[in-house]
Amino acid sequence: MRLLTHNMLSSNIKGVSNGFPLRLDVENSVSKEVEFNPDFLRNMFSKIDWKALVDAARSMGYAELPEEAPDSSMLDSDEFLKKFHHALLELHLDEGALICPETGRRFPVNKA
Amino acid sequence: MKLKQLEGYLGNLEQFCNPKVELEQYPTGPHIASRMLYTAENSFGDIGGKVVADFGCGCGTLGVAAALLGAEYVMGIDIDSQSLEIASLNAEDLELDMNLIQCDISNLAWRGNVVDTVVMNPPFGTRKKGADMDFLFKALKVASEAVYSLHKTTTRAHVKRTALQDFNARSAEVLCELRFDVPQLYKFHKKKEVDIAVDLWRFVP
Repeated sequence: MRLLTHNMLSSNIKGVSNGFPLRLDVENSVSKEVEFNPDFLRNMFSKIDWKALVDAARSMGYAELPEEAPDSSMLDSDEFLKKFHHALLELHLDEGALICPETGRRFPVNKA
Repeated sequence: MKLKQLEGYLGNLEQFCNPKVELEQYPTGPHIASRMLYTAENSFGDIGGKVVADFGCGCGTLGVAAALLGAEYVMGIDIDSQSLEIASLNAEDLELDMNLIQCDISNLAWRGNVVDTVVMNPPFGTRKKGADMDFLFKALKVASEAVYSLHKTTTRAHVKRTALQDFNARSAEVLCELRFDVPQLYKFHKKKEVDIAVDLWRFVP
């Protein structure tokens, strides 16, 4: 599972008031090359919660993203887009789970 | 990709080995699945380059079809871990990317408008009343462009009314009527194989 999935999901279990972001339990992570598509990335940028992405990438051992949400002018920079691409689409939770931040309920993640 | 080719790929996928009746696990056959996704792509442009989610994905047939037709990002959600293992093997065999998560669809909420299209073959609600409408309710909340779903033809009026009046869909259209062949999977099935009429729906949220 890639971090785009993590970024768009929140826990909706009964009684949970703030289910976002889900915690990541990383048992095994891998990096898989995905075709670079700048248009897709620019489109996704406005929909992404930046802090959740930075934290999730870091928990998978990738700390190259700027801490503060970058200005949209950065979307012209190939260097930035490649880092964003890597964090969003290439980092891959191979084994582990997403965990509800309030109840601790696990949502297991399958390979592929 | 041609329809025949797509159907061929889907025909080679592994399906449930121990189907669970309480989840109404019936495989989506290659004939229906290929037509569903082919129509979504070729008549409406709802798959290529899009973010697609397969709800109740089972062994991943619809998600795989979406990936084969050029979806940029595919997710599969199912409550059953055994099915997800098969789905993951199916995706791996074809070198496709699927993001598979095990959960009850009602336990996750979806932020923002990231998902463009939801494709699903939901439980028909025969064993658990209302399960079909629970899936549709969720799908219409999550999708920003379209929902493709299969429902028994006998429920057509109910599905239309519920989608438009209760779930605020902008449109609800039956694209075609198909025969869903249900093989003799469970003990309570008396006949070897039966055909039931199902509608292929396209909803606009």
